[in-house]
Amino acid sequence: MKRRLRFRDAGWVLLILALMIAAVGIVEIYSTTAHTALAGQARRQIYWILLGTFLAVLVSRLDYHLFVEQAIWLYALSVTSLVVLLVVGPRIGGARRWFALGGMTFQVSEIVKLVIIVGVAAYFADRPGKFVAWTDIAKVGALVGLPAVLVALQPDLGTALTFFPIAAAGLFLGGIRARQVAVLALLGALMLPVGWHFLRPYQRERLTSYVHPKQDTQGSSYQGTQARIAIGSGGFWGKGFGNGTQSRLGFVPVSHADFVFAAFAEEQGFVGTLLVLLLYVALLVRLLDGAQSAGDRAGMFLMIGFAAILFFQIVVNVGMMIGFFPITGIPLPLMSQGGSAAVFVFLGLGLAMSVEMRRFVN
Amino acid sequence: MEFRFPEDDRSAVRRIAVLQYLISAIFLALLIGYWRLQIGQHRQYLEAAERNRIRNLPVIAPRGRILDREGRILADNFPAFSVLLTRESPDAFTPPRIAGIARGLGIDPGDLQAEIQRTAKLPRFQPIVLKQSATIEDIAFVEAHRVEYPELDLLQVQQRSYPKNTLAAAALGYVGEVSEEMIAQSGSPYRPGDVVGKFGVERTYDSILSGRDGMRRVVVNSRGQEMGSMTTINALPGNDIRLTLDIDLQLAAEAALGGRPGAVVAIDPATGEVLAMVSHPSFDPNDFARRVDRETWQKLTSDPDKPLMNKAIQAHLAPGSVFKIFTGAAALETGTIKPNFTVSCPGVITIYGHTYHDWVWGKRAGHGSMDLHSAIVNSCDVYFYTLGKMLGIEKIAFFAKRLGLGARTGVDLPGEDAGLVPSPEWARKVFKRRWWAGETISVAIGQGAVAVTPLQLAYSIAGIVSGGTLRRPHLAFQGQLLALGGAPEEKNVREFPISEETVDALSKGMWGVVNEGGGTGAAAREPGLDIAGKTGTAQVVSAELQAAQTGTYKNNAWFVGYSPSAKPEIVVCALVLRGDHSTVAVPVVRDVIKAFLEKKGSRRPPPNQLQTQVRVLSQLQNSPATPVASGR
Repeated sequence: MKRRLRFRDAGWVLLILALMIAAVGIVEIYSTTAHTALAGQARRQIYWILLGTFLAVLVSRLDYHLFVEQAIWLYALSVTSLVVLLVVGPRIGGARRWFALGGMTFQVSEIVKLVIIVGVAAYFADRPGKFVAWTDIAKVGALVGLPAVLVALQPDLGTALTFFPIAAAGLFLGGIRARQVAVLALLGALMLPVGWHFLRPYQRERLTSYVHPKQDTQGSSYQGTQARIAIGSGGFWGKGFGNGTQSRLGFVPVSHADFVFAAFAEEQGFVGTLLVLLLYVALLVRLLDGAQSAGDRAGMFLMIGFAAILFFQIVVNVGMMIGFFPITGIPLPLMSQGGSAAVFVFLGLGLAMSVEMRRFVN
Repeated sequence: MEFRFPEDDRSAVRRIAVLQYLISAIFLALLIGYWRLQIGQHRQYLEAAERNRIRNLPVIAPRGRILDREGRILADNFPAFSVLLTRESPDAFTPPRIAGIARGLGIDPGDLQAEIQRTAKLPRFQPIVLKQSATIEDIAFVEAHRVEYPELDLLQVQQRSYPKNTLAAAALGYVGEVSEEMIAQSGSPYRPGDVVGKFGVERTYDSILSGRDGMRRVVVNSRGQEMGSMTTINALPGNDIRLTLDIDLQLAAEAALGGRPGAVVAIDPATGEVLAMVSHPSFDPNDFARRVDRETWQKLTSDPDKPLMNKAIQAHLAPGSVFKIFTGAAALETGTIKPNFTVSCPGVITIYGHTYHDWVWGKRAGHGSMDLHSAIVNSCDVYFYTLGKMLGIEKIAFFAKRLGLGARTGVDLPGEDAGLVPSPEWARKVFKRRWWAGETISVAIGQGAVAVTPLQLAYSIAGIVSGGTLRRPHLAFQGQLLALGGAPEEKNVREFPISEETVDALSKGMWGVVNEGGGTGAAAREPGLDIAGKTGTAQVVSAELQAAQTGTYKNNAWFVGYSPSAKPEIVVCALVLRGDHSTVAVPVVRDVIKAFLEKKGSRRPPPNQLQTQVRVLSQLQNSPATPVASGR
């Protein structure tokens, strides 16, 4: 029952939803940076989105199995480049996260996210059975853990954390049992003090200020407080385009990047918040729908892995603005200004579209 | 690689459905969170956002200048910076931050903490002044730490300056930060950190001198940098005040008194204008224009000679023999004696079984036969003891009071002492005892409980020699005050007519004091000078200056002199504390009168008097609209 590849099957809804969110992001980036030292960020973001769209369409043309089959090599290449980055990477802002390439910088860990998605998908693609064994858990854990540790060493704990939802989603879909989850949760709880030991002072400070926000309004929780003031002051209708005093006067930190959603909520109010969150939900639900109807397990796990990491980043970013989570350097997919992140999301979308397009094939 | 199809694995599909519900639930939770902030707590966060970006900066109104009668500057302003603390985010004041700010500005962290607590109740939008007259280092600290301490700001202010330093300091007074009590008064226009007059003319005419501060609402960014101005309420500058003081005369009086503790007052008997007012030791009001440092304050308050006391109006001292003029006036006016009434002075007299010595006792034989004139010239105690006995205390007190003693003169300076004219009623009220007859005898020569201030003596003697017309001494021209909207003073002139004969007898006596052989004021005699007056050497010390007196316990020297003797144009009173003998006070008065006459002799139209008047008037007309250059 082979069917011809049809272009209109290629998950255009996904791309359109993503572009709508990206457009909102660009408008907000423009609003918050125009007439400041950061003017021009919106234009750059447009270029990145255009590049991303092109890449997404390009990848959707390719058969995702191609990537899944080469997973082992992609993975090896990723780990190697992370190690190389740690050793010889340029130190920018105190961390070795970026490869510099002709005046441009590229954040390697964003691409590694994709590789991990592909890796996890490849691991489960030919795994029979309704349940996962402890060995599966250990293997997937190692598969994700190794690059996570390398990224955490850069140091970029936020990005390292985003890898784990991919593993979690994979294991959940693979059939992890409640008992196994319980044991893992217990282990995790026991590891917490050890993890604390490895945290850097600024990371500990962020956690402390999350638990006790009143202790220091100028330091870490200053950012959270100012973000909340921005959001709360937006009210129902928002202050309007270009009128966000909190973001424009610099009270909200990096209001075009990690904190773009606070700036957006300030200017567009609860109405804007609601609309954008609905767009995100639509995107995620659409991805999961795609996973359900994927042509095979590889496609399904690809979609799920991508959805998981997107979901994690959105929830943590949007949630940290209102104090649901500690402040971490996790950008908001599609809205935060940043080239590497945009490229990652659109490459991921390309993969998802590739899966969608081939749901009846094979 | 073999690929499995999801159709074989329905459980995965079910699990994906679970994930979809999970996603929806979590997004719902996020939405509820945003709802709470954006709808539920919107008002509170909106206020926080406004507080973040809007800063209310006071625009300090320059204080009016104080000028002498010729328009020469006695008090001026110069631009300076104050360090402000905006308190719009109160949780920012953690101990380490307070310590950091205190260190940077060189102030005591404890003081700063106390200041923050003290002002915690005030509206948040009102910044408080942390430091006046900021140094270059302070300014650099604030500018360099805009990010760490965005709550610090600089405010350009007009700092008070007194170009003549200690000159006439007691009369001019000083300014300082408004006290908490003043702020607490109902309807008080003051805010913490406001500069107000604390003493002297600065205090009396504070409402005229001080303008009304304006306010600027500015938009600031997160670094506290100003991004724009929203509204500006202009400051209304204060009005200049021209005083009756004459710097030339003041300088002469300061020099004449020199380093000795005491006071000099010169008034124009025809108007009551105070031409000079000296109180030594003096202080430099510039020390108070910024926050007075502890060391200076300690020095000023611990000095037994009380530099912060205006002795011209606050010294409460026995007048000594100057009082004999009042006793004489009472005796003549009551008809108790005629000027030719004669007493023989052996240097001592026994009255009511008590022996009273004349001041010449033990030095030489008594004064011999004395009439009123020679008794004044020689300051014969026995003569006035006798008058005292003849008059009784009631009559003496009546005339002394009517002639200006025992009550405030009403000079336009704060803290004037009323002096004291004792009476049986006073003894009853204050000491619950009856009047001792002997006290009358002491009072008759200006000893005992009778107490005066230097200004009071000048005022009263001026009143006597002008026939009982007492003109309220003042430092601010009345017309000017009326023009500035001040209420007219009700009792500028008090009449207590005394007969021409009395005035004539007393005046001639006072002329003789200076110009006749044996006169106690001979030191003021100089060819070409026409000075009359009365000396006094007072033994009694007031409780207030007791501390200063112990140890040395010398007599206070007084001299009240005037010129010309016929129709006085100036009355000068000099007090030299612990001067020992009145003769040390006489040259002080002489020098002041000399300076006055010299200046009058060479009088030309003062160079800028007219200009000043024009300026004062034009300021009156323009002041409400006069914009003022604002800070930064």
